[in-house]
Amino acid sequence: MTDVTITVNGREMKGAVEDRTLLVQFLRENLGLTGTHVGCDTSQCGACVVHVDGRAVKSCTMLAVQASGSSVTTIEGLANGQELHPVQAAFREHHGLQCGYCTPGMIMTAVDMIERHGSSLDEETVREELDGNICRCTGYHNIVKAILSAAGASQAPAMAAE
Amino acid sequence: MYETSYHRPSSLAEATQLAAEKGDEAKYLSGGMTLIPTMKQRLAAPEALIDLRHVAELKGISVNGRLIRIGGGTTHAEVATNDEIKSVCPGFAALAGLIGDPAVRHMGTVGGSVANFDPAADYPAALLALGATIHTDKREMPADEFFQGLFETALDEGEIVTAVSFEAPDQCAYEKFRNPASRYAMCGVFVARRADGVKVGVTGSGSSGAFHWSDAESALSGNFSPEAVDGLSASEDDMIADIHGSSAYRANLVKVVTKRAVKKALAH
Repeated sequence: MTDVTITVNGREMKGAVEDRTLLVQFLRENLGLTGTHVGCDTSQCGACVVHVDGRAVKSCTMLAVQASGSSVTTIEGLANGQELHPVQAAFREHHGLQCGYCTPGMIMTAVDMIERHGSSLDEETVREELDGNICRCTGYHNIVKAILSAAGASQAPAMAAE
Repeated sequence: MYETSYHRPSSLAEATQLAAEKGDEAKYLSGGMTLIPTMKQRLAAPEALIDLRHVAELKGISVNGRLIRIGGGTTHAEVATNDEIKSVCPGFAALAGLIGDPAVRHMGTVGGSVANFDPAADYPAALLALGATIHTDKREMPADEFFQGLFETALDEGEIVTAVSFEAPDQCAYEKFRNPASRYAMCGVFVARRADGVKVGVTGSGSSGAFHWSDAESALSGNFSPEAVDGLSASEDDMIADIHGSSAYRANLVKVVTKRAVKKALAH
């Protein structure tokens, strides 16, 4: 067992973990932060995306010990009390989810994407950047719409069914 | 995942000393984008992991004129977004931006990819075509000598890829034909044009990993246009055959993707 110290959503968390413990296991099982999901467990689906030191990473493909000393933000760390983060609000507004399983990862990926591209985000870039996040319900259209809206992009994508 | 023990050195000397102590039960861990999934599937079970992400000597990109040197610990995202590389050798930056997905690019490193030499890895195609030098903690050698076969490189036990370096060519481009499910390259071609000729590196298709397509290099050196490749055919004998495509399919892809890469390079 190894002692790890990880700042999670602004709070310093300590724990003793086996070295083989994945970051996502630490978050879910040790800290009870079950908002971060495990979808595929093979680094494909992106349901487990969190931010480590400000960058989106797949928490199922990183060991908790690797993250020791780092700052981690999970989906639980985005909202300000009862007030949703703008990306969360945009997903609600644009119905960017159906079953919701992929949503935490989608939102963490979207926040990272918007931080890097800002309002210069366009539809093509959003779709390209969602390469590592799989949704089996929505067909992605409303997810893309929500992300562009949250980014304050001037051009909304064409409406599919209008 | 089987049990393992984690070590975090902060210098190359400390890392290699740890590796020497742990022997062949140890593995270096860089971004972990291949190693950790492999360990989760129990296809690898190193008793010790030596994390290279905190080794300062492996960090950083330097661009002097047209000479580019990229530290082994540099992530794909850092390569893809580096303004100097984008201005001097845009094809290389573009290649880095096509690896995996954004979250993978935030972790995966140049050194890790080069040392692993996956037959579908993107960098090897470029490093062969660019005539790059691979630097390790012990020596340096041309990419042609470094890459030896499927997951096989010239690295000795415990040796670490510290950097890659190359001179930016006059024109270059990378074209990638992805497997629609895995998104790995079924065929990726990097073409690099210099005054003394054209080099073509191919990944994803060869059964011994990335390779030079010599016939195309000769043809394109005489006439740098997609049509120059028309009369050629890559040999099926050396191609991967699996459920995703036969060797004949891949041999044809090599030709098609090479033509697209040349077209892209000409547009720069």
